[in-house]
Amino acid sequence: MQAVGVMAPGQSTMIPRVLIGVAVALTLLIVVAPLVYIFSRAFAEGWQVYAANLMHPATVHAIWLTSVVALIVVPLNIAFGIAAAWAVARFRFWGRGLLVTAIEIPFSISPIIAGICYLLLYGRQGILGPWLQANDLQVMFALPGIVLVTMFVTAPFVAREVLPLMQAQGSEQEEAAVTLGASGWQIFTRVTLPNIRWALLYGAVLCTARAVGEFGGVSVVSGNIRGQTNTLPLHVELLFNDLNATGAFAAASVLTLLALVVLVVKTVLETRRGV
Amino acid sequence: MISISSMTKSFGPTAVLRGIDLNIEAGELVALLGPSGSGKTTLLKIIAGLEWPDAGGLVVDGKNWLALSAQQRRIGFVFQHYALFPHMTVRDNIAFGLSVRPRAERPGKSVIAAKVDDLLGLLQIAHLADRFPGQLSGGQRQRVALGRALAIEPAVLLLDEPFGALDAAIRRDLRRWLREVHQKTGSTTLFVTHDQEEAFELADRVVVMGEGRIEQIGSADQIHDRPASPFVARFMGAVVELPVTLRAGRAEAAGLDARAVERRAMADGPARLFLRPDAIALEADPASPWRLTHKASNGAMIRATLQQDGGLEIPVDLPRHSAPDLSLGSAYRLRPLTGAVFSFDAAPQADAARPLPILKEKRL
Repeated sequence: MQAVGVMAPGQSTMIPRVLIGVAVALTLLIVVAPLVYIFSRAFAEGWQVYAANLMHPATVHAIWLTSVVALIVVPLNIAFGIAAAWAVARFRFWGRGLLVTAIEIPFSISPIIAGICYLLLYGRQGILGPWLQANDLQVMFALPGIVLVTMFVTAPFVAREVLPLMQAQGSEQEEAAVTLGASGWQIFTRVTLPNIRWALLYGAVLCTARAVGEFGGVSVVSGNIRGQTNTLPLHVELLFNDLNATGAFAAASVLTLLALVVLVVKTVLETRRGV
Repeated sequence: MISISSMTKSFGPTAVLRGIDLNIEAGELVALLGPSGSGKTTLLKIIAGLEWPDAGGLVVDGKNWLALSAQQRRIGFVFQHYALFPHMTVRDNIAFGLSVRPRAERPGKSVIAAKVDDLLGLLQIAHLADRFPGQLSGGQRQRVALGRALAIEPAVLLLDEPFGALDAAIRRDLRRWLREVHQKTGSTTLFVTHDQEEAFELADRVVVMGEGRIEQIGSADQIHDRPASPFVARFMGAVVELPVTLRAGRAEAAGLDARAVERRAMADGPARLFLRPDAIALEADPASPWRLTHKASNGAMIRATLQQDGGLEIPVDLPRHSAPDLSLGSAYRLRPLTGAVFSFDAAPQADAARPLPILKEKRL
């Protein structure tokens, strides 16, 4: 509670206590308990079984595939986010407001719908299907499809973090650099980028978390081929449907650990952003 | 030498510059003075290469600058809000312009370091070299910003409201200091301000701008004593406007003794006399239509309000220690010490007081 002056009129301590109690109880019940349960179930049959579950080829492949998707999607999204934020913050052009809205669409659309749209566009029966088949290009039920849907879902994360900062900072520092003779690339690397670095990292971390955990959209376009197009979240569901609960929880624990790491990094970044 | 000719510029339907002609000699210190929206900052940005005119010429030392990019012009630009690079130390900020040069032209590390040390000394901020901008006061930041601009040995130094964001005491300090720096470096300097005191105290010549035009160019005394237009007269604080009759170049009106006002070569007839409230003396005169209705003191000055029979009300500022004893309700004759006469058609005060549009500056 906030310290109040000695002279402040007396207040009931009842209401704050109840509110704090409710908040803590809900957090424990809704967030902490399931997390603890994941680990308790994953280790229910001991270390060896946990290790064996993780080393299962299908699980290892799922971890690898998820990492590859993240490694492709996150850098592309960083590039897209900087470009979009730069365009919107530094230039006035027709359709600028539309672009800002379009960037945010993935926030409001269910990922499943994104998956189905891609299926209808790139699938065998889709608009581009015949052309893709004629050129022997496999998009759906393969890595490209998973990457495309993940990119759609994570598109706003970097742009949304960087844009407000660039707008707030204005362009005077860049103008100063121009008058001092700096080239476009020098301005970007030595003035713009250092100014947005924490927001950029923060956006990238959020983007990574979302890319790794994406389920709905990917489940439509991946085809769930075990050991081929199964990402980690899909693999968790598959193991669970196989009634392999310990295996499912072991795989889930990897995702959870990843999420906890992201959380720590995110918290550290949040304290640095003010600098 | 900077030579600007017939320069115009519009942002959409708003004309910001309506034909500017201006020459600035090498080594001169010139102020662009005007209210916001007068186009002074746009003119500065065009010289810097951060904006481009719609028409006109800009020639500096015989070269056509409109054919050069901002990077090629080698100008020093100082922003009102400093625009320092927050992630670099003072030293790195000042060295920036030298360190971004192409490898072939870039001075060696030790040469840059020596140059920065020189500037730190000149700007009296050597003790701040390793700090970051966030750790400095406003006045210190503006010194660093000036150091950063001077490091590239600019052909022209441009300052946009350089002291606008600072306290009055620091402004006075920095003004004196900028004058010294200008004397030592001798660089051609052009600065924008809306503060008359700043413009007149610092500059060799003052260019008064209003609504995209140059209204007058001159020294402090010239502009004060002989404003070239009603706009300049009002901007210089001549807010008292009296309807008078001009006879043989002399302004005449009941209760007015305008012998000290310079004669004007204009046809006889109705005219308008512009006076500053602090350039009017009062003399008791029972025959005068001006009556004292109100007086208040701020310690140094007495602000008196006089009203004419017809209802016109004017302010008069008198130094308290040398002011005559004023009694409310008594009649006084106005004896202007200086003033300017313009034709009666000059737009009346109400029009000029209309706020000028504040132009949203286009971003890079």
